[in-house]
Amino acid sequence: MQMPPSPNRPVYLDNQATTRCDPRVLSAMLPWFSEDYGNPASAEHAMGRRAEAAVEAARAQVAELIGADPREIIFTSGATEANNIAIKGAARFAASMGSDRKRIVTVATEHKCVLETVADLAAEGFEPVVLPVRPDGLLDLETLRAALAEPTLLVSVMAVNNETGVIQDLLSIAAIAREAAALFHTDAAQATGKIPLDVAAQKIDLLSISGHKLYGPKGVGALYVRRRPRVRLTPLFSGGGQERGLRSGTLPTPLIVGLGEACRIAQAEMLLDTGRITEHRGLLLEKLRAGIPGLRVNATETSRIPGNLNLTFPAATAQALMAACPDLCVSTGSACSSAEVEPSYVLRAIGLADEEAARTLRIGVGRFTSPADIDYAAAALIAAHTNASA
Amino acid sequence: MIYLDANATEPLRPEARAALLAALEGTGNPYSVHAAGRAARKIMEDARDTIAARFGARPADVVFTSGATEADALALHALGANRRLIVGATEHDAILSPAANAPRIPVNRDGIADLEVLEKLLGSGPPALVCLMAANNETGAIQPIAQAAAICHRHGALLHVDAVQSAGRMACSLVELGADSLAISSHKMGGPAGAGALLVTPAHTALTALIGGGGQERGRRGGTPPVAMIAGFAAAASVVRDAAALALLRDAAERAAIAHGAIVIGGNAPRLPNTTCLALPGVRADAQVIALDLAGICVSAGAACAAGKIASSHVLEAMGLGRLAGQAIRVSFPWNAQRSDVDAFATAYARMAATLRAAIPAKNLSGAAA
Repeated sequence: MQMPPSPNRPVYLDNQATTRCDPRVLSAMLPWFSEDYGNPASAEHAMGRRAEAAVEAARAQVAELIGADPREIIFTSGATEANNIAIKGAARFAASMGSDRKRIVTVATEHKCVLETVADLAAEGFEPVVLPVRPDGLLDLETLRAALAEPTLLVSVMAVNNETGVIQDLLSIAAIAREAAALFHTDAAQATGKIPLDVAAQKIDLLSISGHKLYGPKGVGALYVRRRPRVRLTPLFSGGGQERGLRSGTLPTPLIVGLGEACRIAQAEMLLDTGRITEHRGLLLEKLRAGIPGLRVNATETSRIPGNLNLTFPAATAQALMAACPDLCVSTGSACSSAEVEPSYVLRAIGLADEEAARTLRIGVGRFTSPADIDYAAAALIAAHTNASA
Repeated sequence: MIYLDANATEPLRPEARAALLAALEGTGNPYSVHAAGRAARKIMEDARDTIAARFGARPADVVFTSGATEADALALHALGANRRLIVGATEHDAILSPAANAPRIPVNRDGIADLEVLEKLLGSGPPALVCLMAANNETGAIQPIAQAAAICHRHGALLHVDAVQSAGRMACSLVELGADSLAISSHKMGGPAGAGALLVTPAHTALTALIGGGGQERGRRGGTPPVAMIAGFAAAASVVRDAAALALLRDAAERAAIAHGAIVIGGNAPRLPNTTCLALPGVRADAQVIALDLAGICVSAGAACAAGKIASSHVLEAMGLGRLAGQAIRVSFPWNAQRSDVDAFATAYARMAATLRAAIPAKNLSGAAA
């Protein structure tokens, strides 16, 4: 079967790995990459105060998107650092106060950085508990309740999975955690700007945000830290005392301005994005199903973000498909470990055999995906699959 | 607006801006295997090669971080594991704050570390990690790193060097300094904020992560690297050159300030060419900074860290300056400073000194350093 003609640039459908920086975000950052270069901590002079004001405006934009108070937002270098600060910080602070709660509950499909962080805490005397998920990718609430029968310090459950796009029931999970007097942290790297989040209504104590997953720049993220009742954290590292001592280091003004603008756009356009992206994903799936009988969508189809498709192909490996489609950017799993040949632990956790996982692709449709991109991706994957299975 | 606070942050260099804007046009995650990912990866690895070559390390021994504070913290975490800490008395808070109880290497009145004390501290006790900055952020004092490294290694100690202020302004090489690790910052050499690096010797290649995560940076630092900022960082690193020419401007500014009652702090030490620390006896530093700010001159009273903090400088106190420690400002010339900046500074300084000194009793104007 003939491959479609090459596009003039690769078609990018890997928006769970990273997203294109929105041109409006880029524009917002530009002045801070040129004439306005002050250090926002240099409150002593005009250049510093200009930068400080920009940082605070961005802080308000980030807070607004998740229903937080600006004083509850701490800027970090990204979601991985935010997750580290939240989980290690909460655990170490509790231990320093003599708390006898040692249990830290998370789920098997979390991002590696959460799983590693939780696992690392075992060496400090904490008790990591990693819960399974159901085949649809969702955490079973009774399983969670059972785990919380033991006094628990922290529950960390991601809002949206990075491989399957599955949206967890944060409202119920947070309520169960609160009933058990445990803190609730959610890694919202994949959720922020994609689905409505409200830390007050959802009773979230700690929430991690990534800039580059929501059409902002790489190198910036944020951690929401609840003020009432106050969640206390031990910083991961110390220094100049920026961000109320929780995160020392010079604040990267342009990146923070970019994150703020990305949040503003996400809030203003979430409905538009959702409508368009849902339609594009539906179209892609429809075409692929028509051309590839036996194609399977993994995890729930009802509780997932609009852009994500996690597909097991009947007769070709993901590696073979990707090799046959060099102009199509899709992935076999999370970007961090995509160079590994190991099958995805997320797919294993939702019950896929290794052999099925090897035939599985993650496709991430995004804000900048065009109908032509969808047509190309469908045609290329169908041709590649047909040729591979011939 | 005259910006003379380069040690807080340098203006972005045009080469860095061009490189980072070009990189921002791309979309890939450098750890993705597809075309977009590989393009991002190439930008990042080219940058790693540039920085490695520029600062005397192997590319495999360059760990990208969010900045120098994190690089310092990573060094303390990884190289300091199971070692006692010994730190210079005038280190940046990134080192001092986590090492609150560590013995300090005292400095003399010019801010230079007393290596005999270091030798004594190392003489007894378990293996140590010593932290000594290459050049001080407030006075510009350049420490005798190579000698300190020799002493450390004679005693089985490791030496971590915070080279944030020196890296873009004078020769700075991990291998030539003989240190075990080196922390550098992009935005202090005219690159963008949000990137930095820890450079280590081959003995420490496999260091333990401080920020754990998806296995990036060979498991030494989790998180998607900020490719564009790293590209800007490398572009800045590749164009920095010895800032010696700035000494002409700095010296002219000093002469003007001295003529109006200033004392140069640490002036007898070897210093960064762009930095001067000027005390005005009897006049509080914050008053000086505010007066200069109103005149459109951006200087500082010390490190630019926790917002709004204007306290007496721990650096100047360690130098034994007594009350003068609260009466000194830092003037640091950026890479693009011009002669006209000095003239503007001189005019503003003269007016500031005349106004503020007129407000204090004559007896306080002399011997304030006692």
